[in-house]
Amino acid sequence: MKILVAVKRVIDANIKVRVRHDGSGVETANVKMAMNPFCEIAVEEAVRMAEEGIADEVVLVSAGPGPAKETLRTGLAMGADRAIHIVTEETLEPLAVAKLLAAVAAREDPGMILLGKQAIDDDCNQTGQMLAALLGWSQGTFASKITIDGDTITVTREVDDGLETVALTRPAVVTTDLRLNEPRYATLPNIMKAKKKSIDPLTPDELGVDITPRLEVLRVTDPPAREAGIKLDTAAELVDKLVNEAGVL
Amino acid sequence: MSFELPEEMQLLKETVRRYVDSEMIPIELKTCDGVTLKPEFRKKFDADSKKLGLWLMDVPEEFGGQGMGVLATVVVTEQIARTTALPSRGGTFTGPSVRAILYELSDDMKERYLYPVIRGEKHGCFGQTEPDAGSDPGSMRTTAVREGDEYVINGVKRFITGAGEADFIQLMVATDREKGSHGGITCFIVDMDTPGVALTTQYETMMGDKPWEIVFEDVRVPAGHRVGAEGEGFTLGQRWLGAGRLRHGARALGVAERCIEMMTSYAKQRVTFGQTLSDRQAIQWMIADSFVELHAARLMVYHAAAKADSGEEFRQEGYMSKYYADEMAFRVADRCMQVHGGIALTTDLPIERFWRQARSYRITEGASEVMKMVIARNILRTYG
Ligand SMILES: Cc1cc2nc3c(=O)[nH]c(=O)nc-3n(C[C@H](O)[C@H](O)[C@H](O)COP(=O)(O)OP(=O)(O)OC[C@H]3O[C@@H](n4cnc5c(N)ncnc54)[C@H](O)[C@@H]3O)c2cc1C
Repeated sequence: MKILVAVKRVIDANIKVRVRHDGSGVETANVKMAMNPFCEIAVEEAVRMAEEGIADEVVLVSAGPGPAKETLRTGLAMGADRAIHIVTEETLEPLAVAKLLAAVAAREDPGMILLGKQAIDDDCNQTGQMLAALLGWSQGTFASKITIDGDTITVTREVDDGLETVALTRPAVVTTDLRLNEPRYATLPNIMKAKKKSIDPLTPDELGVDITPRLEVLRVTDPPAREAGIKLDTAAELVDKLVNEAGVL
Repeated sequence: MSFELPEEMQLLKETVRRYVDSEMIPIELKTCDGVTLKPEFRKKFDADSKKLGLWLMDVPEEFGGQGMGVLATVVVTEQIARTTALPSRGGTFTGPSVRAILYELSDDMKERYLYPVIRGEKHGCFGQTEPDAGSDPGSMRTTAVREGDEYVINGVKRFITGAGEADFIQLMVATDREKGSHGGITCFIVDMDTPGVALTTQYETMMGDKPWEIVFEDVRVPAGHRVGAEGEGFTLGQRWLGAGRLRHGARALGVAERCIEMMTSYAKQRVTFGQTLSDRQAIQWMIADSFVELHAARLMVYHAAAKADSGEEFRQEGYMSKYYADEMAFRVADRCMQVHGGIALTTDLPIERFWRQARSYRITEGASEVMKMVIARNILRTYG
């Protein structure tokens, strides 16, 4: 089975994000970027499946400007076989990415597409679901466990009230949650091997996808600063505040 | 002209950085007894190094290593130096430190010394410094005199790191004191248990390192233990010292980077007289100077490493890197200490350890003045 893994380049999770002065977005100039942590989990899962002989090829896809190549290279160094870079400078919305991935899926014919459940920059949590809908494939989102048996992909999902297990028929779209695995460190020999693996460029035009944004960002602002808490002396005071001030009881 | 690390070096840097942040820094205050890595952590770090594929990365492929270049070694050394988890002297993260002179040995000697070192079965130490010859090793007094198939060695070596645990010493001696550094110094491999070799004094240093004094009295060594020809000692030594100086530079970069990380985060939190330290210009200048100097040093070290990898002559760049980066790291560690105030002087933070080590590197393995002397000599030869 071939596995297609979508990866996104985002601001490094350890960096403090700053809003641009003009409120048009967050500052990305001279900011350290990295692979979205959920995508890293997706790559790890695919590479493990390749190591176990379940997958015979792991193909990465990323859409974005030139430096997205670095993110792809990171995934190749983790053990993916090759990569596709959809080159565009345009702002990409989840629907556009889903359409691009659907077009790549039509060319590559994978048995499974793995994505992160969401990207830590815009936190949309939409691309995987939209992709499944566009392709008409089954979907297993928020996966904390994936097992494959023939044409059946069993996904344990992390949902609000516990764990839900679903059985999907191949081909399917699966999105990863935090507890699925712990991504490996790229090893030096694999980093050197990744240098020779191919990253094929494609454009949205070549894929016949219209990626024009459908949304208009009006303003990006910092979240309000958290106010200091207060200390209460008795439980009665707490109940009083919860009832009369917070109105939650 | 590109000033960025090649993509794969960038990846290597990221991988090691992440490892250091998550697996080394959190335990860095408890891994060592003095400057000796505790056995359980030696085991962990060796295993981790293998897992990361870094084991023997700088050992040539023909000897079972990965044959990675100087730049790769610099990149890894820089990241590992961001923590005090490993002792500053002696141990490396990427496997036994194989002194490059061992690659020059005859096949028979390689079997007895090089391969056992690579396998971690034998340890060597390096003996050049003497009570009356430090910066000026050409004036050394330890002599080797040929007698038939043997050499007889007499003299004293001082400040020899790791001599207590070593199976053998890579010993620099005078075979012709008249010629000194101009063809009078010869290198030998001497087993530490050879009759006449005695460890006499162990020095206590402020870093915690405890180098030894070793006395050689009528020590008989087979002629086959001579490395290279008589008088070739310095020429051979230069070959590996060059890359060693860049390792120095790289270590300095890591120390400075970590000190800047600590300095900035502390300055943003610590409030005095109603304002954070980071609001004060006196503190900002310390941070700015440190960052600028680190940047300059990094360009120097990476440039020298790139030159070394492309086979170009890089000795002058090596001296400059050792001098500038080691001085820089001490200034930065000192500022980091100043910004933290009293807490920096405690062993609750790694700063005092960085500071003591950084101070020592302005003296050992080529003191700053001596680096400048050689740099100036090269400049005067080239210009004017
Ligand atoms: C912890 C530790 C570990 C060591 N490990 C080893 C080891 O494993 N093997 C080994 O062989 N050695 C080792 N050494 C020795 C170390 O390399 C020497 O201490 C160093 O080379 C300086 O020599 P010195 O101490 O004799 O100082 P000197 O050469 O006496 O110099 C004293 C001072 O004068 C300055 N100076 C010297 N010449 C000039 C000049 N021409 N112009 C201006 N200034 C000058 C120097 O920079 C220095 O500041 C170690 C030392 C220490 C402290």
